[in-house]
Amino acid sequence: MSAHDGVHDDGHDDGPHSSFSGYMVGFVLSVVLTAIPFWLVMNDVISNRTTAVLVLGGLAVAQILVHMVYFLHMNGKVEGGWTMLSTIFTVVFVAIAIAGTLWVMFHMNSNMMPAHEMHGQLSS
Amino acid sequence: MSVSAEPTAAPHWLLGRLTWDSVPMSHEPILLWTFLAVVLGGVVMLALITRYRLWGPMWRDWFCSIDHKRIGIMYMVLGIVMLLRGFSDAVMMRLQQAMAFGDSLGYLPPHHYDQIFTAHGVIMIFFVAMPLVTGLMNYLVPLQIGARDVAFPFLNNFSFWMTTAGAVLVMVSLFLGEFSTAGWLALSTLGNQNPGVGLDYYIWALQIAGVGTTLSGINLLVTIIKMRAPGMNLMKMPVFVWTSLCTNALIVASFPILTAALVLMSLDRYVGTNFFTNELGGNPMLYVNLIWIWGHPEVYILILPAFGIFSEVVATFSGKRLFGYTSMVYATVCITILSYLVWLHHFFTMGSGASVNSFFGITTMIISIPTGAKIFNWLFTMYRGRIRFEVPMLWTVGFMITFAIGGMTGVLLAVPPADFVLHNSLFLIAHFHNVIIGGVLFGLMAGITYWYPKAFGYKLDPFWGKCSFWFWLIGFYVAFMPLYVLGLMGVTRRANHFEDPSLQIWFVIAAFGAALIAIGIACFLIQLVVSYRRREQLRDLSGDPWNGRTLEWATSSPPPAYNFAFTPVVHDVDAWWDMKKHGYQRPLGGFQAIHMPSNTAAGVVISVLSLVWGFALIWHMWPLAIGSFAAIVLASIVHTFNYQRDHHIPAVEVIATEDARTRQLALI
Amino acid sequence: MAHSPTVTGATRAYHLEHEPHPENGTALGFWMYLMSDCLIFAALFATYGVLGRSYAGGPGGAELFDLKLVAINTAFLLLSSITFGFAMLQKQLNNKGGTLAWLAVTGLFGLAFLGLELYEFRHLIHVGATPQSSAAMSAFFTLVGTHGLHVTFGCIWLVVLMIQIAQHGLTRANKRRLMCLSMFWHFLDVVWIGVFTFVYLMGVL
Repeated sequence: MSAHDGVHDDGHDDGPHSSFSGYMVGFVLSVVLTAIPFWLVMNDVISNRTTAVLVLGGLAVAQILVHMVYFLHMNGKVEGGWTMLSTIFTVVFVAIAIAGTLWVMFHMNSNMMPAHEMHGQLSS
Repeated sequence: MSVSAEPTAAPHWLLGRLTWDSVPMSHEPILLWTFLAVVLGGVVMLALITRYRLWGPMWRDWFCSIDHKRIGIMYMVLGIVMLLRGFSDAVMMRLQQAMAFGDSLGYLPPHHYDQIFTAHGVIMIFFVAMPLVTGLMNYLVPLQIGARDVAFPFLNNFSFWMTTAGAVLVMVSLFLGEFSTAGWLALSTLGNQNPGVGLDYYIWALQIAGVGTTLSGINLLVTIIKMRAPGMNLMKMPVFVWTSLCTNALIVASFPILTAALVLMSLDRYVGTNFFTNELGGNPMLYVNLIWIWGHPEVYILILPAFGIFSEVVATFSGKRLFGYTSMVYATVCITILSYLVWLHHFFTMGSGASVNSFFGITTMIISIPTGAKIFNWLFTMYRGRIRFEVPMLWTVGFMITFAIGGMTGVLLAVPPADFVLHNSLFLIAHFHNVIIGGVLFGLMAGITYWYPKAFGYKLDPFWGKCSFWFWLIGFYVAFMPLYVLGLMGVTRRANHFEDPSLQIWFVIAAFGAALIAIGIACFLIQLVVSYRRREQLRDLSGDPWNGRTLEWATSSPPPAYNFAFTPVVHDVDAWWDMKKHGYQRPLGGFQAIHMPSNTAAGVVISVLSLVWGFALIWHMWPLAIGSFAAIVLASIVHTFNYQRDHHIPAVEVIATEDARTRQLALI
Repeated sequence: MAHSPTVTGATRAYHLEHEPHPENGTALGFWMYLMSDCLIFAALFATYGVLGRSYAGGPGGAELFDLKLVAINTAFLLLSSITFGFAMLQKQLNNKGGTLAWLAVTGLFGLAFLGLELYEFRHLIHVGATPQSSAAMSAFFTLVGTHGLHVTFGCIWLVVLMIQIAQHGLTRANKRRLMCLSMFWHFLDVVWIGVFTFVYLMGVL
């Protein structure tokens, strides 16, 4: 019979192994991926708004991935792959919820908005 | 329930907007009598508990219990008690709608009627269906996967009490203030348009209960992922565990949206933000959109466990392995994912236009296909089986017919042009009651009857079970088929009075149906009493009264606290059936001490504090709100300083329990 | 399922002779909670996406947002993430003092972030851009404020955990708790990436 410190525990390390180099790589990448978008916007580098939005979005996604891999130690083997699966699941639902909301609300607004001059309305 | 006093008087520093006028009973005779009945019933119950010295055991062994079996039973009790309240609301509505034509205004003024239909919906979904479904999953999942408890036993207890706190808030609204009049989703009265306490009761009851539900979802998900017995890989799990897995994934992935939507509404009400207002850029349609992104997965959260129950019941009572296990699993997963792509069908008429409506109409029609596959699988399981029409099987057959009809009317409503005519008509009401009663409720009744002997050690009396079934089945059709007719004729929902006397006959028939259902419920309650009194004749000595197929039937009825003396090893789907087929003999010795979690009062304490906090926010009692919130944080922190959360059941106790079981088995 | 029993000859084993050690589910469970938190933020981002341009005639992002301040705050949060990482490295070495030291630094960065954010909010309210001014402002304050509330709770949790580590040392239970707080902290940084990109940077465009 086991004699532990009173709680069910795992027989191995608590969670994935961190390393100094892992954190530093993640940190440097994050700094770069943060500095670039700030520089782009503060210096008005991209004139076309749509392009700017896409670039900023892409950089954000890249940095999120950096955080996931280097700080959160996300990979397909941790917890039998369940963290990866649940993350993918969540990302899909987040995408559906946000994209769906934007799509639906845009159509509703354009169909149902009273017809007079408006300022600062949702442009997409 | 009258309108609470207008806030022209300055709010009291401690009592907020709570005044003597908030107690509506002086002008509402129905309420007064209800209150007296509740007080009387309450006093009797308290007296009985005291007389039989049950306070100690009730607190120690039940309220503070972290045992998933006890918590499961408490959820079921909560659900059944709230069913009685929710059904009373239904009866009141049927009566009103049967009477109120032309000059007769009925007995319920509109403001009261609005609260009743709102309370009916809120209670039935959040405080009947959800607790009953959660209770069954809680009780069964650890047993079916061969585990001793859920992954987070304390959180389990906490989740139950948070749900109960929400239910208590709804009940309190009967006697202090009033309830919301905005329907079960608060669609019609938004933001600061109705500043009374009713909508605030609604918000805080749901937010508090929602915390419980979300945590319970996480709990069961991790349980199923991490705590399965050795050998039970995913494709060897019972189908009920698969449906629980998907249900809890849906809970974790959808309830946060409800939380967020209600938070935004609360901010509009408490702080004056402009999310859902009509001016300063707000957009009430955004609320509708967000709430239904939650609302649609919610109905699948209710029905998937029922599908799981039916899969278990059909296999057991056909004496055959479930047909098409793999396709059942895939169908369940498909339904889970697709349930996220249909939400707009709840508001086709809100003006999103043809492209959006078409997309969601098509996805809604697609989602009916996996469900159809399941029905075929159940039928093929029954085909050439040795069918025993025990009461759970009756509910199942009733479900297959009734749910199919309800599903078909759903596909009809999925066609946007048809929905333009039928949206918010009684056709819609008939449709969702068709699927919820035919699907969820029939499933719960089948499950309760099927697993009652496991939980309590004796079967339910079959005669009263059959009575209950027939009255429910016939009552349902008599109550709701007229509503389909009325809906097609154009009658709108939530109306408390009608001008056209030619409609009345349909409402009278529906009221009669409600009476039949009432008898069905009465039969169920009688069944509980009669079964208890006849329990020795109905005793289940073997632990496997139905010749079941899954692991819960390998234990005694009721199971010991530790569920299994030795963790089972699984080799095939229908693990218990496999064990029986191979002549497995239960070990008679070699029992060891077993490591189990310990009871705690922390869940009750934090939930009661949450209840106080919710109440304080409703009544704008700011000092109390701040104080109780601080207390919640403090109590939670104090709880984390408790590192001694488990104990060992000594080997002697396990030996004694198992020996008692050996003796019991010898009596068969 | 780390304990597959051996099947001896023709007889199958249907139960384990000895109590198995089920893997602890805390880390996975906490991850699931973070996924549910993602969905709360998804709803708030969706709300901001819909309402974020409805300034009701008031000043817009370009006039209101001070990107230098946001850059400093982003730096605070990113630095706090790396210092938490250093705390975790100390934990791996079972160095209680080192862990506590880096946790303290993390907490200070967290407080700095909150302080600066409160300063920003105060300034906005002072110039008349309050949560009540318009739907866009309501969405802004709620999204950014919810993130800030999470950071606040993270700081409280950090202090409590520091006390518990000081009291009990780096026990298995405390290491598990550190793992959870670490996930929470990094997750908040992930959400902040979304906030500074979609709210501040794109708001100024």
